[in-house]
Amino acid sequence: MQSNQELEGFRVELRDWLEANCPAEMRGGEASESSICWGGKNFEFASDAQRDWMERAASKGYTVPTWPVEYGGAGLNRAQEKIFKEEMDRIGARSPLDSFGIWMLGPALLHFGSHEQKLHYLPPIARGEIRWCQGYSEPGAGSDLASVQTKGEDKGDHWLVNGQKIWTSYADKADWIFALIRTDREAPKHKGISFLLINMEDAGVETRPIKLISGASVFCETFFTDVKVPKHQIVGTENRGWDVAKYLLTHEREMISGGGQGLSGGRALGAVLNESLGEGQEMETTLRADAMRCEVDALATGLTLERYKDQAEAGTGAGDASAMLKYMGTELNKQRHELLMAAGGSDALEWDGPLGNRPADWLRTKANSIEGGTSEVMLSIVSRRVLGLGA
Amino acid sequence: MANLVMTEDETMLADAARGFLDKSAPVKAFRDLRDAGKTHDAKMWKEMADMGWAGVLVPESAGGSDMGHAAAGVLAHEMGKTLVVSPFLSTAVIAATALRNVSDARAEKALAAIATGDVTYALAVDETSKFNPEATSMVATREGNGFRLSGKKTFVVDGALADRLLVLAKTDDGLTLFDIPADRAGITRNAQNMIDARDSARIDFDNVEATGEDVLGQVDSAMSVLKPAIEAGQAALAAEMAGLSAGAFGMTVAYLKERKQFGTVIGNFQALQHRAAHLWCEIEVTASAIVNAGRLLDEDPDNAIMAVSLAKARATSTAQLAVQEGVQMHGGIGMTDAYDIGFYMKRARVGAEWLGDYGYHANQVAKHRGF
Ligand SMILES: Cc1cc2nc3c(=O)[nH]c(=O)nc-3n(C[C@H](O)[C@H](O)[C@H](O)COP(=O)(O)OP(=O)(O)OC[C@H]3O[C@@H](n4cnc5c(N)ncnc54)[C@H](O)[C@@H]3O)c2cc1C
Repeated sequence: MQSNQELEGFRVELRDWLEANCPAEMRGGEASESSICWGGKNFEFASDAQRDWMERAASKGYTVPTWPVEYGGAGLNRAQEKIFKEEMDRIGARSPLDSFGIWMLGPALLHFGSHEQKLHYLPPIARGEIRWCQGYSEPGAGSDLASVQTKGEDKGDHWLVNGQKIWTSYADKADWIFALIRTDREAPKHKGISFLLINMEDAGVETRPIKLISGASVFCETFFTDVKVPKHQIVGTENRGWDVAKYLLTHEREMISGGGQGLSGGRALGAVLNESLGEGQEMETTLRADAMRCEVDALATGLTLERYKDQAEAGTGAGDASAMLKYMGTELNKQRHELLMAAGGSDALEWDGPLGNRPADWLRTKANSIEGGTSEVMLSIVSRRVLGLGA
Repeated sequence: MANLVMTEDETMLADAARGFLDKSAPVKAFRDLRDAGKTHDAKMWKEMADMGWAGVLVPESAGGSDMGHAAAGVLAHEMGKTLVVSPFLSTAVIAATALRNVSDARAEKALAAIATGDVTYALAVDETSKFNPEATSMVATREGNGFRLSGKKTFVVDGALADRLLVLAKTDDGLTLFDIPADRAGITRNAQNMIDARDSARIDFDNVEATGEDVLGQVDSAMSVLKPAIEAGQAALAAEMAGLSAGAFGMTVAYLKERKQFGTVIGNFQALQHRAAHLWCEIEVTASAIVNAGRLLDEDPDNAIMAVSLAKARATSTAQLAVQEGVQMHGGIGMTDAYDIGFYMKRARVGAEWLGDYGYHANQVAKHRGF
């Protein structure tokens, strides 16, 4: 435990560092899918400021502040992490780097990976050099994820992988994929899956983008044809990949719930709504009432995320908390964007119109309660594991 | 940001409180009290005082246990679970906080009397059907060194039986808070027949005499004393309502596991599983707002207002959902007086109104968030 004095020292130092290093363009503004810095070999930075911010943050370990220093993080403890968040929020700093490597694979590797794997895979994630995508879903395996069929045949020093994934976000931009592969076809469905790491540049990996209702094509079909995956590219034990998959999902759910950007990127909904009103225009009564409710719920949900982190730190964490956060956070985010659309009125109806990405962002949020496990699946998890219903 | 996990002391306090209440104040005790037409159990209040509950916010120098607002919330939460009737909120939380914000010998004596459980209080603020202290119209007219109070108060919770009243009235240049005995000449108390079967009164003040001694804090500046008291009350009431939600939810889930239809327990129906799961999520989210409010009242009381309103708003909506879902998932039996779930519904409605309803508090939150 550090003294308050040491913590305050950390705060002062951090504040100065942020002041000097977070470019003005990387402060404030509503978080949007299009403003995220994803990193990776194929990533095109939106601006020099975005690149500078990522690189400067990475040099201090601030792209993954809680990871150990040897893996590219800053090794912050919970008290320091809170200060980090407060100071970032204070200047409205955008997240310098957000990626599936940070939010999904990283935590899984930290938990299940060998020391060599951690040293090999984590630092490039922290520096934004390698971008990962997630190969879980298949045409026949959505909510019933454990029924994945993409198979890996044991060829001694490698697995020969064949099959198809779908809805693979940014597969066309990613450098590597972590995938659920059936390595034992005889075992019960949860007991024959392995968690493999595959280089997207390998022969036999192909992607085909799918266009979304928002006009963007963030996800793809991913095909594996006789792809050779060396044996050391497995995380955890052969045929026990479901344990890794589930653990990773809890982190994915936390991210989707809003843990990444903060539910409102730290900004009050009302303030954002006010900005979209014309000069002298007042917020209409029902809109304001709905916004109030949404804000109350968002603040309390944000506190819940913090409370769960405090509990995890104290070792009293609730196991399936992530399902709850995912359900509440995503349903709220959808409401929030409905309100932003309502506030925008007809200005919000044009692609790249006066309100920029607003309609695309609105449409994108509809996936929040589907990706990473649907709201219905989250409720089923809570009722079964927390409430003991229908066990 | 405050740590939102319960401390070891708080967990111990909650366990001790639960142990006592399960024995002395299960819902059955409330039912018996109601059936007997009573709204107060003096013996139990004395026992609570002996355990330090009445003095939870009274300094040790005045004989209190001085455990703080988060601890008061823990107690209120446990009481809420089994609908415990007591003057805890009015006396131990609201009045004690008001008195604590006044530093004179008279306040110290009053605090000591609260801690022993010998004196109970009620807060007389509301004049219309909605909470709005700023709009007080009852007047306290200067007369010599003192005042004359005339006007009407309504929804004075614990007001029919309380020994003393905290009365908010208009004076020349603002609002003033008076602390007077409830039996002073000119005061008429009419007990209200409340849906939650608890004490509440309409109180008429007809030229009631008050001296300068009866003023809590400064004349014309009631809010410096009353504001912290009201916030403390709102936070503790929110905690009680969160406890109430947990109580109603516990009953409901137990029923889902027991009641059979179509040859299986009804908890096997996904439609009900998802309703119950959703409710649990709401309860969890509200719990965070409750702890946060308690922490801020203890650590940074001058800046706790938004946290308190967030807690009361969330607690209100969650309790209302909990009782509605509770009755629905019980089916017909949930509508009977013989079954307890209806008690939760009625208490939730009263709690929703007391010290500011959902709209009042959501509006406070919005104002603090800049809209
Ligand atoms: C934008 C976006 C990005 C995505 N990115 C990725 C990615 O990067 N990698 C990846 O692997 N996957 C990704 N996914 C896939 C996502 O995880 C799946 O869409 C999701 O798990 C649901 O599966 P499904 O689409 O097959 O729907 P289904 O499982 O077919 O569900 C259809 C409907 O039935 C309901 N339902 C299903 N089972 C039950 C049940 N038991 N009880 C009650 N209701 C039920 C669902 O809730 C839903 O409403 C992404 C999805 C989207 C929309």
